[in-house]
Amino acid sequence: MSVVAFAPQAESLCDRAQRVAGIAARHADDVDHAGRFPREAVEAMKAERLLGIQVPAAHGGEGATLTEIAEICVILGQACAASAMVFAMHQIKASSLVEHGEESTWHTGFMRDLAKHQYLLASATTEGGIGGNLRNSICAIAIDGETCRLTKDATVISYALEADAILITSRAHDGAAPSDQAMTVFLKDQYTLDKTNDWDTLGMRGTCSEGFVFKGEAPACQVFPKPFAEIAAQSMLATSHLLWSGVWYGIAADAVARSQSFVRAAARKAQGQVPPGAAHLAEAVNLLQLVKSNLLTGLKTYQDARANPDKLSSMSFAIAMNNVKIASSETILDIIHKALLICGIMGYKNGTPFSLGRHLRDAHSARLMISNDRILGNTATMLLVQKPDVSLLG
Amino acid sequence: MNETIRDILTKVGGLPVPVTDLADDSDLYTSGLSSFASVQVMLAIEEKFDVEFPDNLLNRKSFASIAAIEGTIRQILKAQEAA
Repeated sequence: MSVVAFAPQAESLCDRAQRVAGIAARHADDVDHAGRFPREAVEAMKAERLLGIQVPAAHGGEGATLTEIAEICVILGQACAASAMVFAMHQIKASSLVEHGEESTWHTGFMRDLAKHQYLLASATTEGGIGGNLRNSICAIAIDGETCRLTKDATVISYALEADAILITSRAHDGAAPSDQAMTVFLKDQYTLDKTNDWDTLGMRGTCSEGFVFKGEAPACQVFPKPFAEIAAQSMLATSHLLWSGVWYGIAADAVARSQSFVRAAARKAQGQVPPGAAHLAEAVNLLQLVKSNLLTGLKTYQDARANPDKLSSMSFAIAMNNVKIASSETILDIIHKALLICGIMGYKNGTPFSLGRHLRDAHSARLMISNDRILGNTATMLLVQKPDVSLLG
Repeated sequence: MNETIRDILTKVGGLPVPVTDLADDSDLYTSGLSSFASVQVMLAIEEKFDVEFPDNLLNRKSFASIAAIEGTIRQILKAQEAA
């Protein structure tokens, strides 16, 4: 038998993700309760070599598509939303690297290192004083010959202390406008972090999205050659909304699975008579299918637009991606509420096979990060000139 | 047309730099044109030139510079004449 047969790559991505999900599920309640990093799940992601799958095969990865990565988010989302969200956030950063790093020798080398060493990437886009608008920066990167330096009051850097590298935004230079931004990769030994904010939240407690003052110094070649505006429009917007939606769909899917188990168990006990909540199950499955269709359409829209930077930067594409985010983040709450009605007190209680408290709390983050009001405002602005795409065939 | 575009940018572009400092090919986004302001610019141009931007031209590239905006308007006017 060849050595390759033992390598995880010989198995399907889903099989590998399922093994990670098994580990994530075992620790999900403890991660949630303690508000701690899902270490076991992320170590399993590394062991299954899932962190580098997006890197093209030519650079040592597996060239996984966004749809495949979204499917992994769905699988992990059913087990532990925080683990799934860490995976999604990492892959969003990896997409910036894969889609925009190939024209730079340093970034291509970093891609190889990511695949080889299974680096965990974190993101630092928010900043004190900009009110959550990641397309504006106050801090500016200082480039001095071969070296760049950056200090940023980053109000949120999810799992910063566990990451192997941080991709961080800033103004492109000292005189740049707030929207003229650059993104830079800093490796773990190239920065210090001073904690400024805790992360004691209602849900998504394991993402450890604490605030830090970031201070970094690195070779200037680690600044992305493309302006952040293009990275944001052409990869971050779509990958964020689509992969987050995958995580949220996973949370809702597990809530539905729990409520279905409840209905089935009750029906078995009552010799086939369906319990009163059963009609809600039909409604919940109906809504779940809507979320799935919405996500699949979004993934197809991205896949079709991917090779065309003009299409990716177009308003119609931005509206389509915004709509995926709005619809999935709103609908999962309805679904979980229905699941809770079905499971009743057994769903309301912690520690039962039908508990839904964690699902409900985790799902509430979806409308807030990024605020749906902000997204709807952006879409409304675009609709001043852009007509919605109503055709079925595009 | 160039002057009219510059007037519109001055009025609704919300740029942190004077429009007179910009070359025709200066990148408007790196000069501080926000996506909200770019929509205001589009609306003002639609009003001023009595045109409507087709969906395929509503992307960053069409509004990346004064020269790009001019090219976009000329393209639409030409298409309207041909129609």
